Amino acid sequence: MYQTLAWQLSLILMGALLIAFLFVARRARDRADADASVVSRAYRIRGILFWALLVVVTPVMLYTLLDLPYASAGIDRRESQVIEVVGKQWAWDLSTDRASVGTPVEFRVTSADVNHGLGIYDADMRLVAQVMAMPDYTNTLRHTFAEPGTYKLLCLEYCGLIHHDMIAELKVVAVAEEENSHE
Amino acid sequence: MSEVDAKGAPDPARRASAPVLAYLVTAGAVVLLMMAFGLLMRLAQGGLLQLGPDTFYELLTLHGAGMVGIAALASVAVMWHFLGQYVRLSRGMFIANLVLFLAGVVMILASVLAGGFAGAWTFLYPLPARPMGVWDTQAAALFVGGLLVIGTGFLLLYLDAARAILGQYGNLGRALGWPQLFGRDDGRAPPVAVVASTMVLIINSIGITVGAAILAMTLINLYVPAFAIDPLLAKNMTYFFGHVFINATIYMAVIAVYEILPRHTGRPWKSNKVVLAAWNASLIMVMTNYPHHLLMDFAMPQWALVAGQVISYASGLPVLVVTVFGALTNVYRSGIRWDLTSGLLLLSMFGWGAGVIPAIIDATVVINQVMHNTMWVPGHFHTYLLLGMLPMVLGFMYFLTGDRQTAAGRGLDRIGFWVFAVAGLGFVLAFLAGGQAGAPRRYAEHLAQWLPYDRAGALFAALVLAATLVFVGRFLLRLGQARSRAV
Ligand SMILES: [Cu+2]
Repeated sequence: MYQTLAWQLSLILMGALLIAFLFVARRARDRADADASVVSRAYRIRGILFWALLVVVTPVMLYTLLDLPYASAGIDRRESQVIEVVGKQWAWDLSTDRASVGTPVEFRVTSADVNHGLGIYDADMRLVAQVMAMPDYTNTLRHTFAEPGTYKLLCLEYCGLIHHDMIAELKVVAVAEEENSHE
Repeated sequence: MSEVDAKGAPDPARRASAPVLAYLVTAGAVVLLMMAFGLLMRLAQGGLLQLGPDTFYELLTLHGAGMVGIAALASVAVMWHFLGQYVRLSRGMFIANLVLFLAGVVMILASVLAGGFAGAWTFLYPLPARPMGVWDTQAAALFVGGLLVIGTGFLLLYLDAARAILGQYGNLGRALGWPQLFGRDDGRAPPVAVVASTMVLIINSIGITVGAAILAMTLINLYVPAFAIDPLLAKNMTYFFGHVFINATIYMAVIAVYEILPRHTGRPWKSNKVVLAAWNASLIMVMTNYPHHLLMDFAMPQWALVAGQVISYASGLPVLVVTVFGALTNVYRSGIRWDLTSGLLLLSMFGWGAGVIPAIIDATVVINQVMHNTMWVPGHFHTYLLLGMLPMVLGFMYFLTGDRQTAAGRGLDRIGFWVFAVAGLGFVLAFLAGGQAGAPRRYAEHLAQWLPYDRAGALFAALVLAATLVFVGRFLLRLGQARSRAV
């Protein structure tokens, strides 16, 4: 879950920065005999810090770029379920409100008026994916639902008076269930 | 109001001119009002206060426009004050900017309070023109016009700063320390106040010009709907302008840290190669990392979005490794003189550095997809604005007026400082926690499971407001005393 990762990572790093500040603040009052040696030692630490950050962060950052949500090339389109989504003040128009678990859903998202944002929330109201809805453009989001359930589509771009109540539902069903409903 | 330094000479940097004080008084008053609006919004989201969505989104619009405006006003006062120690700035232009600012504020207030405009401060095209009858064209035009007037004032001020800097240094490259950065460091690079001002005037002149262009296009579109704008172009222009403009406030306000902190530590903080490299790199990166606002616009060219992530990561380095680390180096075992000024300035460096962390995390595409436009976003920018930019300005206010303290006054300062720091941190963590739980930003109402974050945020907001009230109130009080002593 990226949310949990982001939160915990932020707390750890902000906490580490806080400790560094408290450490320096506690030792700020006593005066070093030679300012120059304090400063030159600090510069050495700064150099180490710079390279350490570069060496640790660069591969992590490159790794996160391997799995971008933009690429739709290379995916077998016959396998996907297409849902046309049109945002308008203040409702979502969906070509269908049903999808099945396991096969990619291709949301083709646009807007009939102002900017909106399509936020897909699971049954526990966890945000699982999003894409902007914009007039004149179609943004294509591919998402494979792992869990069946009633998902909620919220607007995530401020669009006026009823922005907070621009909600639609999407029923994601297990494949067997989907077949039964067609009989 | 002048302090005498060890050699017995009065410190000219502590003598503020009347217009600088007028800027700070305006900023102090407006920041308190906007904080009160922010508190009302957090109370309403927490279900502790009944606000109609129309009122909520009007407050949202005012809070955003007001805070961005006042951040710029206060930080440009910091810049003008210190830059004025090195180059000859025009006092008339400085006053003209304040007058234009106040005129713009009146237009914006009229637009929102009388016209019901609630298109958010980002005025994202085509929302101003398509409010579903909530406000009319005149109200939207008044808001857009108000921003244009404010932007014009700042642009004039930057042009004057450019004129003054060119007069002193000959060209902008020299003012950015290029001879020392790319050649031999002869130790004669311009002070950080000049380097920072030059960096900001370059990026913000470009930012404001782009902003003015999209504002003018929006204005035409309001009256001539056939004059349509490409929505993706409009979004790029709006976020480029907004991103550069708000970032510039921190890069201006931080001049106070570079200039004031060494006076408290007795340890110089000069522009050397590394500092110059950091500021020049920031100049480029602040202008090129703005696509991190558009990561969920899949219609954007993919290279631009990848660049948005990569440059956002890179832009954390000069802030954290050079500026924040530089402040710590300046303070460590320096025998610092602690008072509210040095305390707030050190806090501001923590706030800036801490805010960079959730900002970079959110600029990661895969994380942005589940965090964008949640409460995480106000969480990270309140960290470096409320705990970074604002304490820089408050520290500057105390620097100008903070001498001749009574013991009781010092006690009050200390309480105010810790309430502000602890509650401020709690306030931004409540935002971040809400965002982590999926609570959307800019919602007049939240679902039940998000209310605890909103309520914690409201409680901390009230404490932050109280502490800021003490800071600003005591600043005004001492200003009054100093004036009456002077008479
Ligand atoms: Cu919407």
